[in-house]
Amino acid sequence: MKRHLISAADLSRDDALLILDTADELARISDRSIKKLPTLRGRTVVNLFFEDSTRTRISFEAAAKRLSADVINFSAKGSSVSKGESLKDTALTLEAMGADAVVIRHGASGAPHRLAGWVRGSVVNAGDGTHEHPTQALLDAFTMRRRLGSLEGRRVTIVGDILHSRVARSNVLLLSTLGAEVTLVAPPTLLPVSVGSWPCEVSYDLDSMLPKSDVVMMLRVQRERMNAAFFPTEREYSRRYGLDRDRAAKLDDGVIVMHPGPMNRGMEIAAEVADSPRSTIVEQVANGVTTRMAVLYLLLGGADLGGEDQ
Amino acid sequence: MAEAVSRAHTSAHAVLEGPDINRALIRISHEILERTKGGEDVVLLGIPTRGVHLARRLAGHIRQFEGHPVPVGSLDITMYRDDLRTRPARPLGRTELPPDGIDDKTVVLVDDVLYSGRTVRAALDALNDLGRPRAVQLAALVDRGHRELPIRADYVGKNLPTSKSEIVKVYLEERDGRDAVLLLKEEDK
Repeated sequence: MKRHLISAADLSRDDALLILDTADELARISDRSIKKLPTLRGRTVVNLFFEDSTRTRISFEAAAKRLSADVINFSAKGSSVSKGESLKDTALTLEAMGADAVVIRHGASGAPHRLAGWVRGSVVNAGDGTHEHPTQALLDAFTMRRRLGSLEGRRVTIVGDILHSRVARSNVLLLSTLGAEVTLVAPPTLLPVSVGSWPCEVSYDLDSMLPKSDVVMMLRVQRERMNAAFFPTEREYSRRYGLDRDRAAKLDDGVIVMHPGPMNRGMEIAAEVADSPRSTIVEQVANGVTTRMAVLYLLLGGADLGGEDQ
Repeated sequence: MAEAVSRAHTSAHAVLEGPDINRALIRISHEILERTKGGEDVVLLGIPTRGVHLARRLAGHIRQFEGHPVPVGSLDITMYRDDLRTRPARPLGRTELPPDGIDDKTVVLVDDVLYSGRTVRAALDALNDLGRPRAVQLAALVDRGHRELPIRADYVGKNLPTSKSEIVKVYLEERDGRDAVLLLKEEDK
């Protein structure tokens, strides 16, 4: 495994399977009364969050704490960043504090990549702009594997705002590495231009894709990024691309419905579908902690690889 | 403790072969029954990977002699090792406890080779997070000496005097297709 986790494309098939297998074993620990392991005692993990996030930050924090690492939370609000400190100076400050790993979320695509050049510890991308969110893809793959067994040949349909979604990009890269067949479904205005070069299919018609899916992953309509006329009205979007009760009723038994959260109930997914047994939305949150424990263990648990991939 | 063999070796001397291993395990099963008054409240926990196979075999023998089954499980110690930082992160083994757990039981840890004692120390730490056994005992197929911690085995298949430069390899039918314990001696050193 490489020293940093910046893109899902950094992971070979073997790396990805090692993370998922490790997470499988770690998941058993969350059933125990004592959930803590001594493995990362004395190591420091910094959560560097320049963008708002509840579940990802808490998930990383819980993961690091269950492995006995010391956790320092840093959010841009109320820090020197609001006084104009640059990313590099922030990074050097953290470096001086002896961070063994930096978990970073940043609004600018590529920020974790830049950071990796400045610090000695491991950098974990917790979402950068509209680029990638590799640990989300890993926990999604982990959730699918737990529900469906192997991912080989599974048909995964990802629906919604692909253009602004770092989750979609990371999932496409990781799932294709793991042998799944991914189809993206969105209105043409919400697909990036580069989508032709991604290892996946593209469709504009949700109803024709649903009978051909083992997994349906709904993405949030990112209202905060809807600064142009991507679709006429929310109601129209919801009617064409939302997973409502009627559409969900036509899915085969055993098809699972996923959502990375936070969701807009009634918009991209109906409340009844989100709460149905085929929905994995709550599992995804629990699986997020175990998957992130696996990532932190594999990056920090062994010998320092001394910049092997530089 | 199956160490990777990367160096050149002149001789591989078989210390235990085929039926020897089972004879040793049968004796250990009897000793466990004797010491625990018929194996009441005993839980056998194997340390992956070969310790788990050995624990299952011991359980099989005990069942044969006493007619009642003994709970068997596995205890992975990877996350509790004191030498994690000497090598890249290792894949995890499985920890699987019997449904009744280990509280107030006599836990017998089972490993293939007892050497520095560090694996057993890690196992004791791991047990601590899983419950509170009434007593913990240790069974090892081979005790090769060179302890680095104050730890000893309660049941030993074979005491094997070794030098530190030698390597002990355990092969088990379930995993390696044959039963044998080999002592590998290094060439010139």
